[in-house]
Amino acid sequence: MAVKVSIPTILRTHTSGEKSVEASGGTLGQVIDDLESRHAGLKARLVKEDALHRFINVYVNDEDVRFSGGLNAEVKDGDNVTILPAVAGG
Amino acid sequence: MLVIRRDLVDAMVAHARRDHPDEACGVIAGPEGSDRPERLVEMVNAERSPTFYRFDSMEQLRVWRAMDEADEVPVVIYHSHTATEAYPSRTDVSFASEPDAHYVLVSTRDAHDVELRSYRIVDGVVTEEQVDVVESYMFSHTGADDVPDAD
Repeated sequence: MAVKVSIPTILRTHTSGEKSVEASGGTLGQVIDDLESRHAGLKARLVKEDALHRFINVYVNDEDVRFSGGLNAEVKDGDNVTILPAVAGG
Repeated sequence: MLVIRRDLVDAMVAHARRDHPDEACGVIAGPEGSDRPERLVEMVNAERSPTFYRFDSMEQLRVWRAMDEADEVPVVIYHSHTATEAYPSRTDVSFASEPDAHYVLVSTRDAHDVELRSYRIVDGVVTEEQVDVVESYMFSHTGADDVPDAD
């Protein structure tokens, strides 16, 4: 199952500068594990203690996965996964 | 150095004043590689707080997609401080995730004298930069500084 993953500027050091990479998996967690196998270091930037970092937004198509199961969110062939660091501060 | 049109500076200040005492936040998009802020988008502060801001995640997705489709990048990311100076807080530094952006801070703690300053925040290091306010980009020097300005 191939999905397209959009990588934000700050994480492109892990993808040799690529803005978009392919990955596979039936859940977001599996997609991230698959990414990690080719782009080492990426997972630690996204996941902490088996959950997504609070200040990383991940979307499957147009849905923020925070509201659709987090790492267990279902991913289907042809889906677009978008990673965006939250813009936040104090 | 941040070179920015006066109307955009005025718009950021007006937004910050309007949302006071909550923090206001937004982005100014510009063509990729140009370092020229052009299109200001006021963002919702999902936290609606006087001490914290966070772009609403769905709005951020829409705005970032629109920038992508237009070959734009977030040239400026701005927010306001409503009780402290226009200097990045520890939280601002820890969440800064756009190494190519100018982080603009607007302080509204003094209603009559609004302070606006700009920074680069890269790998946890804050560097303040000069803000050059121009009427138009047409005559401003925005290229590489290889050649001294003739004046």
